[in-house]
Amino acid sequence: MITLKTIVSNKDTSVTIGGNGPTIMIGERINPTGKKKLADALRKGDMDAVKAEAKAQIAAGAQILDVNVVTEDVNEMDILPRAIAAILEVADIPLCIDVNNPNALKKALDLYPGKALVNSVSAEKRSLEEVLPLVKEYNAAVIGLALDDDGIPKTAEKRLEIACRIIDAAKAIGIPKEDIIIDSLSLALGSDDQAAAVTLDSVRMINEALGVNQTLGASNVSFGLPNRIEVNKAFLPLAISAGVTCPTVNPLHVGATIMATDLILGRDRFSMRYITDYRNRNSS
Amino acid sequence: MFDKLIDAVTNMKENEALSLTQELLDNNADPVQLLDACTRAMEIVGKKFESGVYFLPELMMAGEILKQISGKVKPMIQDQAEGEKVGRVIMGTVLGDIHDIGKDIVIFLLEVNGFEVYDIGIDVPPEKFVAEIKAFKPQVVGMSGLLTLAFDSMKDTVTAISDAGLREDVKIIIGGGQMSDKISAYAGADACAKDAMDGINIIKEWTRKV
Repeated sequence: MITLKTIVSNKDTSVTIGGNGPTIMIGERINPTGKKKLADALRKGDMDAVKAEAKAQIAAGAQILDVNVVTEDVNEMDILPRAIAAILEVADIPLCIDVNNPNALKKALDLYPGKALVNSVSAEKRSLEEVLPLVKEYNAAVIGLALDDDGIPKTAEKRLEIACRIIDAAKAIGIPKEDIIIDSLSLALGSDDQAAAVTLDSVRMINEALGVNQTLGASNVSFGLPNRIEVNKAFLPLAISAGVTCPTVNPLHVGATIMATDLILGRDRFSMRYITDYRNRNSS
Repeated sequence: MFDKLIDAVTNMKENEALSLTQELLDNNADPVQLLDACTRAMEIVGKKFESGVYFLPELMMAGEILKQISGKVKPMIQDQAEGEKVGRVIMGTVLGDIHDIGKDIVIFLLEVNGFEVYDIGIDVPPEKFVAEIKAFKPQVVGMSGLLTLAFDSMKDTVTAISDAGLREDVKIIIGGGQMSDKISAYAGADACAKDAMDGINIIKEWTRKV
């Protein structure tokens, strides 16, 4: 089913997700979890590493950048706004603001010049109460995680039901359905070999029932496995074909796979996007 | 025969391991010795995982084979003291965090290593940890968390355990993607597990009967 259109922007650039347009990559790299160098730089307040990650991801085809600064000894309230400002200095690209602390979210949204994507809200009571009002106040879009106070459901049916609940709660305070991007949650195949199959079922069901845009933290599936990139590359075309429109990925690793997937699905007129991406990759 | 069984388990040969188990039992092998062999096999698998030779699914698969073997063997040793659990552990993901993969892997491995484990779930508030410790009386409390906000939840949980006068009764271990010895010290825990196997080894060390 052709999904609704979600539009996010910064000051000068807007990006449309869905509506049978190309797959939009949300670059996942600006996140210190598991990245010692970036974590050290953030602790020192040094934004050069953040800027470098932003540029590299854009060159590899990212159209939205996720920004997360949460790690040991980093004050989110102080560093998140600085990281956002640093990225906007070097990049004309909408951001996905990825936070733990609702106060830091408010501060970030205050200085953000366009329509931001907020990462994330879940159907947990506290999350709905804290995050949705901010999304409404700042006219942002938001990623809705398919989990609630009982945790992550084992079944696709239950994840669909949670997605409905998030959309209803948003609607109740005036956030339109097209501003909700659902994340069905991809879990590690390493500890449950059925994990990805359940996620793909959930994506398919949400696509058919709701027609909203969908993301996945696609790199999670390969946790604990050897040759992780190959697993990620196999997973993404299936996820996109099932209804994921804006996967959260490392574009340096899987960008070409995503371009090829769009081409195969008939979303790339005269293969122009695929070829341009090929030339970009081989010139840099 | 036991060596063949150890070999089958460490090489993930599920059917072979199960038929060897059956063969051993049919020939009146000592069930306790049989479980010992399994424990040795699991240690080998654990070491190979730690050194990067084996991957997470292989650790899980070996655990699954062990579960099936102990399912066959247990009915035969129920009357014997050796069937006793080697220790009692409470495991939960701390308040504000909902990640359960790491917690569930550790629980699974503790169980196949003979521990009695009580899983108190995710997003567990300090007061629930305290109530469950009072009821279950574990030797070890495992706190799991992936997010950095778990640092403070862990500290709050240890404080609550101390305030309830239970701190001397339990050893506390933390684990999760961003956890470190520094965080363990910050929270007032006794140790930080680098990964699942490290956690099992630490808990085994703590609960070893002298």
